[in-house]
Amino acid sequence: MTEKELKPKAKEEVPAKVERVRPGLVFLPAVDIFETPEALTLVADMPGVPNDKVTIDIKDNHLVISGEISPLLGEGETMLLQEYRTGDYQREFHLGANIDQARIEANMKDGVLRLLLPKAEKAKPRKIEVKVG
Amino acid sequence: MPIFTFREPGWSPMQEMESLQRRMSRLFEDTFGPVSALWRPGVYPLVNISEDHDFLYVRAELPGINPQELEITVHEGNLILRGERKIAGEEKDVNYHRRERESGYFRRVLSLPTRVAPDKVQASYKEGILTVKLGKPEEIKPRVIKVKSE
Repeated sequence: MTEKELKPKAKEEVPAKVERVRPGLVFLPAVDIFETPEALTLVADMPGVPNDKVTIDIKDNHLVISGEISPLLGEGETMLLQEYRTGDYQREFHLGANIDQARIEANMKDGVLRLLLPKAEKAKPRKIEVKVG
Repeated sequence: MPIFTFREPGWSPMQEMESLQRRMSRLFEDTFGPVSALWRPGVYPLVNISEDHDFLYVRAELPGINPQELEITVHEGNLILRGERKIAGEEKDVNYHRRERESGYFRRVLSLPTRVAPDKVQASYKEGILTVKLGKPEEIKPRVIKVKSE
């Protein structure tokens, strides 16, 4: 599976609904979302976002993940060639009503956010025995 | 600025076309800003190159990479970036809703815009961004020349 050669991709900008206070571009991070019987896990690529600049906001089953980047260039630097654009990240999801919001865990490492969303007890799938009779 | 200059003999239409193209793109850049600011498909990873007085900086977004998997080489004015992005497989019982993050290998050669001192190259990895800092040799650093008055 890892034998594939990576291809460059242009970042996709977030469709603007409301104006932001902070200037600059906002991109949609690439995500993986997978589910186990116990939890939903979301992994998002947000390169350039420091660990303390990630915000996770859940309100009425509406999940918003966002990250702010640090300035790209150091002091006194001038850009010679720009192939990728930089900006903040934001993406929204509608969660099923079955997440136990009190036990959500988030972890940010090397520009990758990993969010564990445990399912509420009542939402876990149960095997239903078919009675023979 | 004359658009066409006819040089006889040895006038080459191809050369004139190339020269015209260069002038047109310069005119475009002067009007709309540098063309390099536009995204065009390249080779993974995409890089941003910047400079200050002493260094050249090459940056690439490589989130979630093990720095041990990166191989950075400077060779005759080229910077070679090789590596692999691995995404650890999850347990067997998972079901995917989205799978947008990609894994794979990359090999890219970049020709550097200036000469660099191969012994003054450093690479660092932070927050998913690789920064290669390349020292400029003394002889190409900009110097301020003072005018002596007599």
